[in-house]
Amino acid sequence: MSEGYSILVDTSKCTACRGCQISCKQWNGLPGTHTKNEGTHENPLDLSADTWKIVRFSEGPSKDGNPFWHFFSEQCRHCLSPGCMAEAENGEIIQDENTGAVIYTPKTKDLNYKATRDGCPYDIPRQDPKTKQLFKCTMCFDRITNNMIPACVKSCPTGAMVFGERPKVLEMAKARVEELSRKFPKAKAINPEDVRVIYIVNDDPQKYWKLAAGK
Amino acid sequence: MTNHWIDLKNSDCILVMGSNAAANHPISMKWVQKAKDKGATLISVDPRFTQTSAKADIYAPLRSGTDIPFLGGMIKYILDNTKYFKEYIVDYTNASFIVGPKYDFKDGLFSGYDPKTRTYDKSFWAFEKDPDGKVKRDNTLQDPRCVFQLLKEHYSRYTPETVSSISGTPVEDLLKVYEAYASTGSREKAGAVMYAMGWTQHTVGVQNIRSMCIIQLLLGNMGIPGGGVNALRGESNVQGSTDAGLLFHILPGYLAYPRANLANLETYLKAITPTTKDPMSANWPQNLPKYFVSLMKSFWGDKATKENQFGYEWLPKLDVGQNCSWLNLFNAMYDGKIKGFFAWGQNPACSGANANKVRQGLTKLDWMVNLNIFDNETGSFWKGPGMDPKNIKTEVFMLPVAASVEKEGSITNSGRWAQWRYKAVDPPGMAKPDGDIMVELFDKIRGLYKKGGKFPEPILNLKWDYVNQNGQFDSHKVAKEVNGYFLKDITLKDPTGKDVSFKKGDLVPAFGFLQADGTTSSGDWIYCQSYNAQGNNMALRKKDDPTNLGLYPQWSWAWPVNRRIIYNRAAVDLNGQPWNPKKPVIKWVQGQEVDGKKQPGKWVGDIPDGPWPPMSEAGGKYPFIMKPDGLGAIFGPGLADGPFPEHYEPLECPVPKNTLSSQFVNPTITIFSGSMDKHLTCDPRFPFVGTTYRVTEHWQTGIMTRWQPWLVEAEPQMFVEMSNELAKLRGIKNGEKVKVSSVRGEVGAVAIVTTRFKPFKIGDLTVHQVGMPWCFGWMVPKDGGESANLLTPNVGDPNTTIPESKAFMVNVTRIEGGK
Repeated sequence: MSEGYSILVDTSKCTACRGCQISCKQWNGLPGTHTKNEGTHENPLDLSADTWKIVRFSEGPSKDGNPFWHFFSEQCRHCLSPGCMAEAENGEIIQDENTGAVIYTPKTKDLNYKATRDGCPYDIPRQDPKTKQLFKCTMCFDRITNNMIPACVKSCPTGAMVFGERPKVLEMAKARVEELSRKFPKAKAINPEDVRVIYIVNDDPQKYWKLAAGK
Repeated sequence: MTNHWIDLKNSDCILVMGSNAAANHPISMKWVQKAKDKGATLISVDPRFTQTSAKADIYAPLRSGTDIPFLGGMIKYILDNTKYFKEYIVDYTNASFIVGPKYDFKDGLFSGYDPKTRTYDKSFWAFEKDPDGKVKRDNTLQDPRCVFQLLKEHYSRYTPETVSSISGTPVEDLLKVYEAYASTGSREKAGAVMYAMGWTQHTVGVQNIRSMCIIQLLLGNMGIPGGGVNALRGESNVQGSTDAGLLFHILPGYLAYPRANLANLETYLKAITPTTKDPMSANWPQNLPKYFVSLMKSFWGDKATKENQFGYEWLPKLDVGQNCSWLNLFNAMYDGKIKGFFAWGQNPACSGANANKVRQGLTKLDWMVNLNIFDNETGSFWKGPGMDPKNIKTEVFMLPVAASVEKEGSITNSGRWAQWRYKAVDPPGMAKPDGDIMVELFDKIRGLYKKGGKFPEPILNLKWDYVNQNGQFDSHKVAKEVNGYFLKDITLKDPTGKDVSFKKGDLVPAFGFLQADGTTSSGDWIYCQSYNAQGNNMALRKKDDPTNLGLYPQWSWAWPVNRRIIYNRAAVDLNGQPWNPKKPVIKWVQGQEVDGKKQPGKWVGDIPDGPWPPMSEAGGKYPFIMKPDGLGAIFGPGLADGPFPEHYEPLECPVPKNTLSSQFVNPTITIFSGSMDKHLTCDPRFPFVGTTYRVTEHWQTGIMTRWQPWLVEAEPQMFVEMSNELAKLRGIKNGEKVKVSSVRGEVGAVAIVTTRFKPFKIGDLTVHQVGMPWCFGWMVPKDGGESANLLTPNVGDPNTTIPESKAFMVNVTRIEGGK
């Protein structure tokens, strides 16, 4: 396994059922946090040490008179050259050679949180305020090294999420973008050369989430 | 569903209307997506731009309660533009039938209406018959009294402009939908509709669906892969529960429940068994006596004999005209006429329309047994908002029940697939499977009847042998009883005419072998074949797909007789060849010649709707075998409110009149008139249309999901969605706490101000609509809010009595300092 794995998130197939968000919590044993409805279905409103995956909802008027309603299943992109690792000089963050997964170890409690978070173009890392340890998506490292696909991918009913060997996922992404382009001229894969979690969008990435394509 | 979930992938155009499938039936979108991948068009018609709309190629808004104008306009479009499938409607529907001279329609009323009883005499809508008893037809469809011409006349009023002035849908959106969907009227194309409570929960609920049935028949979309009228059931086994006769007016297998005027078995069977004089009509319901007698044999075993009418007298009878559906039951409870109540796997304090009345009804009981996996607003109603436990006499018992994964049994999905499920874990604590609770309950009741009591025979004579050696409920024994047994040694003919012998105690292979003479039993005839000599067919898990259409005939078992697409004889031409050769659900193959003698032909593919050859051959039959005349009903003379769907406004509506007639609301609805049965229409105090819906994260009233922290985290509080325009009008900001009220009650909710709701332009009026979920209740989570059913009206459809929860009038106001 030289090129590792990738996850394709085809937002054109996402219905915001949030199975991925819930199954992430279930597999990783993360608690439900206390939330309120703040005038949106998106909840929790941000990632945290207890929430590594959220579906972002974005809406507004569009040119054809109908609204748009975009769903963006946000998680760590598992960058090929992770910006968050710049600060991690003592093995606090590991990039697994076989899978490509970027793993935060308990030693991340010793990292400079702000610098690590600022180093991520997608603003993913979060700190546990008590232990100071940093957390984010692990690509379900414990599953993918035991012949199982990530929990979020497993839960997806529509096939919006696909997990596989990186070259195959890149190929799928390319084919899907070509297909979508016929109807959506703005269809594209976001930064496929830089990240392992590749999002396909059919509108401006910023209309999905301000950091969808990075800072 | 006439078709099934996987079959959605075979569609060329899918109309989702009266449903938000993406949110409420998430897995359906897997198959919708597969259809889209092959180029299908997805249409979403909804008052609110939903998750389904977000995935749709075409979205059209409409005001709640105006589906009939919307669909009536589509019927007119199909007829005006000759988009209908001519051969199909001539050969397979009643389009050519001549309607009798007493049928008429004037200013919103059909002939035969009696304003005193608010009912129709349906004999006014009868077809004309030849002297030999066959319905008169005009296959040229030119006779002004034929169904096709009457249909044309009826919907001539439903022009796009008129429809738009009622529904608020822009004319160009209407035409986009009509054009896309009507394109499935060709033989190569299939159009499917997916609907749910957004169609049923109206005072015209049944007629909403009838409108779509007419469209599907006109376009030749019934019986074919990727077509059909597909009800997305709101609960994982609600299909199974209705199949098993859970409703008041039916016995298992949809047999009509006996009423008091049908004094003996003979008159009952005569009343439920239709006849036909047309030899081409299979009239399958002519077999109903076999199914009824077999059911009686399942109930009472050896005690049901020919001499005692197989126990017919032991069945309690409904009074003529008596309606014991939900709204009437809770009305009787509120009036103090019901003493005891088992709330079994339900939460009426939150699920019932006009829930304040339901909750007051519960205070009138002597006792209530609440059977559930969690405590809920029903079991604890006596300590709920506005209740003083000191003044409530109702004694409440809570029985903890096993959850679905803690017991074994079958579950039937919307596509009619009965799937066997194994038990995963033991139930916790004192919780027991429902079956065990019923066994204990029945043993106790029978013990009491043994000591005395009125009319003990039905209880004492009941055949009740569903327990294993340990005295526990045995779901396999019940499943076999549901399938049915031969009760004596017998030799019968199989469908090909060959003799076949069975021994007493053998399981019946399929319902074609059931008998009306007491020699067979079957607890639910439509499930006969589910568990037979081959074993438990519901437990089959083979993935073979010989037709490549996703029928998977050896994965679980579907009623009837494992047919995956019902009415499939309409998917082929008169010679039995598929309309669309690329998607052959069934196909007639001619027999080979052997020694100069031609062998009989046979059907290949899905299980056909009956064994007969195609219509062009001797012995061929019409495709709609459950209709006495064998043909699809474009004209439907059997419903309470008319043979063609007609628009009436919801009981509570925002417009001062019905644009289409002077008949404002459905003339056949029953309106309760007690002190808690309030309705207000066009009242300035309640100026906005309200509707209810579900969210992905919570199940029904939320009993099972509101205790689950991850789901509460994702959807924590009661909300009300409204347009930017309405929010501005009321000075409401996104995320603020507001009060939503109707004449029946009020709830607090968080305002979600959204571009996904827009005001409707209805003539000169601007009509605002808001929407709320009904998954919350006062018990949990803290600050979660209350049920939207405190607002909904308890008025029902005249055919089903389902309440009009999808269209009613509310007010929305800001709560000062309301964060």
